[in-house]
Amino acid sequence: MAVELQKPIQERAPSAAGPRTLFEKIWQEHVVCEPPGQPPLLYVDLHLVHEVTSPQAFDGLRAAGRRVRQPQRTLVTVDHNVPTTPGHLPITDPIAARQMEALRHNCREFGLTLYDIDSPDQGIVHVIGPELGATQPGLTIVCGDSHTSTHGAFGALAFGIGTSEVEHVLATECLPQQQPRTMVIRINGPLPEGVTAKDLVLGIIGTIGTDGATGHVVEYTGEAVRGLSMEGRMTLCNMSIEAGARAGMVAPDEVTFDYLRGRRFAPKDAAWDEAVARWRGLKSDAGARYDKVIEIDAASLAPFVTWGTNPGMVVPVTGRVPDPAAARTVAERGTAERALEYMALAPGTAIEDISVDRVFIGSCTNSRLEDLRAAARVARGHKVNPKVRALVVPGSQAVKRDAEREGLDQIFRAAGFEWRDSGCSMCLGMNPDILGPGERCASTSNRNFEGRQGRGGRTHLVSPMMAAAAAIAGHFTDIRRWRFQ
Amino acid sequence: MKAFRTHTGLVAPLDRANVDTDQIIPKQFLKRIERTGFGEFLFYDWRRTPDGALDPNFPLSQPRYTGASILVADRNFGCGSSREHAPWALDDFGFRAIIAPSFADIFANNCVKNGLLAVLLPETQVATIMKRAQEVAGYRATVDLEQRQVRDDFGLAAAFEIDDFSRRCLLEGLDDIGLTLQHEAEITAYEARRFGAR
Repeated sequence: MAVELQKPIQERAPSAAGPRTLFEKIWQEHVVCEPPGQPPLLYVDLHLVHEVTSPQAFDGLRAAGRRVRQPQRTLVTVDHNVPTTPGHLPITDPIAARQMEALRHNCREFGLTLYDIDSPDQGIVHVIGPELGATQPGLTIVCGDSHTSTHGAFGALAFGIGTSEVEHVLATECLPQQQPRTMVIRINGPLPEGVTAKDLVLGIIGTIGTDGATGHVVEYTGEAVRGLSMEGRMTLCNMSIEAGARAGMVAPDEVTFDYLRGRRFAPKDAAWDEAVARWRGLKSDAGARYDKVIEIDAASLAPFVTWGTNPGMVVPVTGRVPDPAAARTVAERGTAERALEYMALAPGTAIEDISVDRVFIGSCTNSRLEDLRAAARVARGHKVNPKVRALVVPGSQAVKRDAEREGLDQIFRAAGFEWRDSGCSMCLGMNPDILGPGERCASTSNRNFEGRQGRGGRTHLVSPMMAAAAAIAGHFTDIRRWRFQ
Repeated sequence: MKAFRTHTGLVAPLDRANVDTDQIIPKQFLKRIERTGFGEFLFYDWRRTPDGALDPNFPLSQPRYTGASILVADRNFGCGSSREHAPWALDDFGFRAIIAPSFADIFANNCVKNGLLAVLLPETQVATIMKRAQEVAGYRATVDLEQRQVRDDFGLAAAFEIDDFSRRCLLEGLDDIGLTLQHEAEITAYEARRFGAR
C-alpha cells in the first residue's frame, strides 16, 4: 500500500458560514456530493482493514461482482486473533486460522497489500497506521473497529464502522453519512504529576458518562492536551468511543509534524513542506461554534482505576468503591449493584486494598513505545509479586524492536513480566491470552465490560504506570508515591 | 437487505442500561466468516450458565418469551465494539426491532444495514413498554415504520423519530452501495479534483 499525498483541493468559493471548527473543515472538504433525499457522500482517504470485521464484506463484493475501488488507500493487517507467543505461533485455534487465511485469500483476490503475521510491519491496526505515516492530518479514516477514533490524534476525522460499511467503502471509497454534532472538551491547566493521558480520558468518561458524547465528534483542546505527546493524544482519542463519541480529534501542531516527519508514507521533500503548510490551517477558527462545550480543570484529575463494568465507573486510586445506595436513580443503583456483584467488590473498599491476579500492558490504547517506557520505569529494579502473572504486549513489531533496542524487554523480563509479540492480545481475548473465571486484572486496555477479557474475568482499567505498579505491589497503588529505582 | 414496513410481535424485556455489543455477541463467536448462524450465541454469557445450560434468570431463556421478535431495553443500547455481528445475532435469533431510549451510533447504523429497526422512544414510554412486557403474559406490540409509531392493545400510541433516508432504506430494503454507485461520475470527478488525473 502506498498512501497518496493529500493534495490541496482547488479553492472553493470562500464560505459565507464564518468561522469553522476543525471538524467542519475536514468534513466539508470530503463531501463528494449531496444527493437529494440522501445524506452527503463522504470520501474516505484511508481504509484500515483487519481479519475479524472484513470477511463478510469481501463476500459481499464477490456476490455483487464488485472490485475494491482504491486498493492503494486500503491498509490491511492481522491483529485481533494472532497469538502473541514468539513468532505468533502456534495458531492452535482452527477457526482463528481460517479467519486469517480468509483475509490472505481476499487480499490476493482483490489486490491488497497485507501486513501479515510474519511482516516486520505487522501490529495492531491503530498502532501501525500512525507508525507507517499513513495516518495524517486532514484525512478521513475508517475501519471496521470502534477504536478507529485513535487516528483523530493527528487532526484526522477517523471513526469506526460496521462490516456492511466496510463493504461500502471497499466498493465505492465513500460512505453516506449524516453530519454529526460537535463537542469541544477543553482541559484547562497542565496535567498533575503522575496523571497520564489514560487518566485524563478515564476522568472525562467518568464525568460525561459512557453516552455523554453520543452523536458528536469531540475536539480536545486546552493546555493539558497541547502538552501531550502523539502517543498520549492517541490514548486520549482512542477512548473517545467509550464516551459514545463518533470520533475524537486534536488539532495538529509541531508535535504532530515532528512525529510524522520521515515516516514511510509521510510526504517527502517539497511535498512535506507543502503538506505542513496546509496542515497548519487545520484548527478551529476563533469564534467557531460547537454544539456542546465541556470544561475540565486538569488539577481535578488523579491516577484513576475503574471499579465496575463500564469505563465510566471510575474513581481516583486513593478513593473507595462507591456505594450503590448513593446513586441518583433506581436504574443507576441497579446498574451499580450488578457491576459490584460481577466485580465481587463491596461498597467502601479502598481501591488500594484490591489485589490483582493478572496484569496486562498492551492494546491499541496503551502499547506504544512511550507507554512501555513509562511502565518499564516503574518496573526497573523491582519484582512482580509472586501471586501475579503479568504480560507486556507491544502494539506492533516496530514497537517491539524499538523497545528491545532500548533494553526495555530486559527490564521487564528481569522484573518477571512476560514479553510478547504484537497483537490485540488480552484486550479482548479473541486469542489465547484470556482471563480465567474470577481472575482480577489491572489492564491498560479500554473496556472493562463483563467477560471482555474472558468469561468471568474482572477488569480494572488503569494507565501503564499504574498497571506496572500493581503488578509489583500485588494490589493497586498510587503511582505518585512510587519508589522509582 | 430485507425490508421493514410494519411488524407485530411478542416483546421481551431487557431492563439494563449500557448493554454493550460484547454482551450481545461475546468475542469467542466473532471468528466465523459468515453473516449467518450467530443467533444461538446471542447474549451467550447472560443466557447460559458457565456449564452451557440456559439460565432461567435471564428473560430470553424463559419460555414465556420464546418467539419474541421485539426487544425493549434501557439507554445506550449497543455501546462499545463496532461488531456488526451484534445485529446479525439479534436478527438471526428472530428480533425485528429493538426499542430503547438511546442507542450507540455505530450499532444504530449497523441495524439499518440489516433491516433491523432501532426504535428511539422517550424514557417514560420505554418504561411503560418494559413494565407491560414484564407483567402482561404474551404482551405484543406493533412497530409501524410507515406511520413512525409503536402501538399496543392497551392504548399505547407512541410516535418515534427516524431520519428520512434510513426510513426509506428500511421500507424499500435498499442496497445503499448500489445507490452510492449511481454517483460514480461524481466520485471520479472528486478524485480527479483532489488527487489529479490518473
